[in-house]
Amino acid sequence: MADFVSPFWDLYVKVLIALSFAFCIWIIAANSKISGRVGELQPHSWDENLQEWNNPLPRWWVYLFWATLIFAILYLMIYPGFGAFKGFAGWSSVGQWEREMQQAEAKYGPLFAKYRNMDVKAVAADKDAMAMGGRLFQTYCMQCHGADARGAKGFPNLTDNDWLGGDGSPEYIRSVIQAGRMGVMTPFPHLGQEGAKDVAHFVRALAGLQHDAARAQRGRAIFAENCVACHGPDGKGMTAVGAPNLTDNIWLYGSSEQQIVQNVLNGIQNRMPAFGEFLGADKVHILTAYVWNLSRGGSSR
Amino acid sequence: MAHSKHDMIERSLPLLMVLILVVVSVGGLVEIVPLFFQHSTTKPIGRDGKPLEVKPYDALRLTGRDIYIREGCYNCHSQMIRPFRAETERYGHYSVAGEYIYDRPFQWGSKRTGPDLHRVGGRYSDEWHRAHLINPRDVVPESNMPAFPWLERPIKASDIASIQAKMRALRKLGHPYTDEEIANAPKMLEGKTEMEALIAYLQGLGRALSNFQ
Repeated sequence: MADFVSPFWDLYVKVLIALSFAFCIWIIAANSKISGRVGELQPHSWDENLQEWNNPLPRWWVYLFWATLIFAILYLMIYPGFGAFKGFAGWSSVGQWEREMQQAEAKYGPLFAKYRNMDVKAVAADKDAMAMGGRLFQTYCMQCHGADARGAKGFPNLTDNDWLGGDGSPEYIRSVIQAGRMGVMTPFPHLGQEGAKDVAHFVRALAGLQHDAARAQRGRAIFAENCVACHGPDGKGMTAVGAPNLTDNIWLYGSSEQQIVQNVLNGIQNRMPAFGEFLGADKVHILTAYVWNLSRGGSSR
Repeated sequence: MAHSKHDMIERSLPLLMVLILVVVSVGGLVEIVPLFFQHSTTKPIGRDGKPLEVKPYDALRLTGRDIYIREGCYNCHSQMIRPFRAETERYGHYSVAGEYIYDRPFQWGSKRTGPDLHRVGGRYSDEWHRAHLINPRDVVPESNMPAFPWLERPIKASDIASIQAKMRALRKLGHPYTDEEIANAPKMLEGKTEMEALIAYLQGLGRALSNFQ
């Protein structure tokens, strides 16, 4: 409240508040006199004989009014509200937040510090750290990777130790959490519906799934011409460009003919957002250990 | 004395109305009017007085914002991160007044059935938003958010036709749109779906103040 464009507004608020107080005090004082007129009737009457008493306010009622006024004055002395006056307590919502953060730092800082200098693999072996990792995961990661870390269509399963863009080492996991990752497959619209279908059957054959042999045969040639640059001549993928292994029957988008055709014709664009700045190195460190542990069969809770 | 004055006020309706108006306006005069004369509520600046990178919504985001309002997203999602640790840990830096100067009206909301969205920009991929809006259960099985599959339709012609008038009206209120931006606005919306507009809006939310201290 201290950044008014001119000192006038500080004064404006103070004067209005002072006038309001004066008005309230006058109203209460004027109505709290005991005039001894208990039982006196108002001079008017409605509906022929309906009249009302003019009794003074009950005492306890008047005292409550005075109490609210005193409360208001004390409040404006302690807390901000009286123009630009900050209050004797020096309270601010941001100050309260900063204190809260300091208390949390004092409480959790040593915990993070303990793990900060430990190797990821050692952190992964620590039960408490994994409990922390689980809670962090449920806060920041489950929206895409699922509460059980098994992912969803388009969002990788983190429990299977299959990695699209690297070797699954702690360093790789850390770099992806920190900097994010782009997943891009170029679209191949020129293959046409039929060509894409042929290649889809070839890909399904690679993965050992049911397929149309004649289509797969035609698809082999199309694959050799268009797909090997990224997925490799034997379809085993290439982590350097994030191209998945097509022979392992692990499907990020599903293995149906229709889905593969759609991916081939329209391509894929998806990304893992970077969390390094938001989470900070300490949380990333614990999450790295947690995810690494998941991929090696660790529990997701 | 007090008795007869009271009597006079009760017997004159115009006088009673004027006095009631005076009394009830005091709260607004003290609590609302000064806000129009504060730097922190009228300028794009942060708590420390440093300028924020707040820009008025471009045509696509503006349209997405209208869709956000039309679909009633504000009923379940707030856009206001309060300065509590529990909120700043989950959502990012608490909100400051200067971030909302181009929100007319702001979308603070008053209820969180879903999470706060003030810093949702960049938190998820576009593809996640698409899948999530078509059917939230596809990506978050526990979610109770309704599905919005109809957003995959082109932006309505009437919305495209009115975008320039909308931007000119906002310019009168102080949004610094250039003539060029207004001229290009319909072109920006053409061929786009409502989904794309809404995602563009969401992805731009809360990025003025660095999310990350």
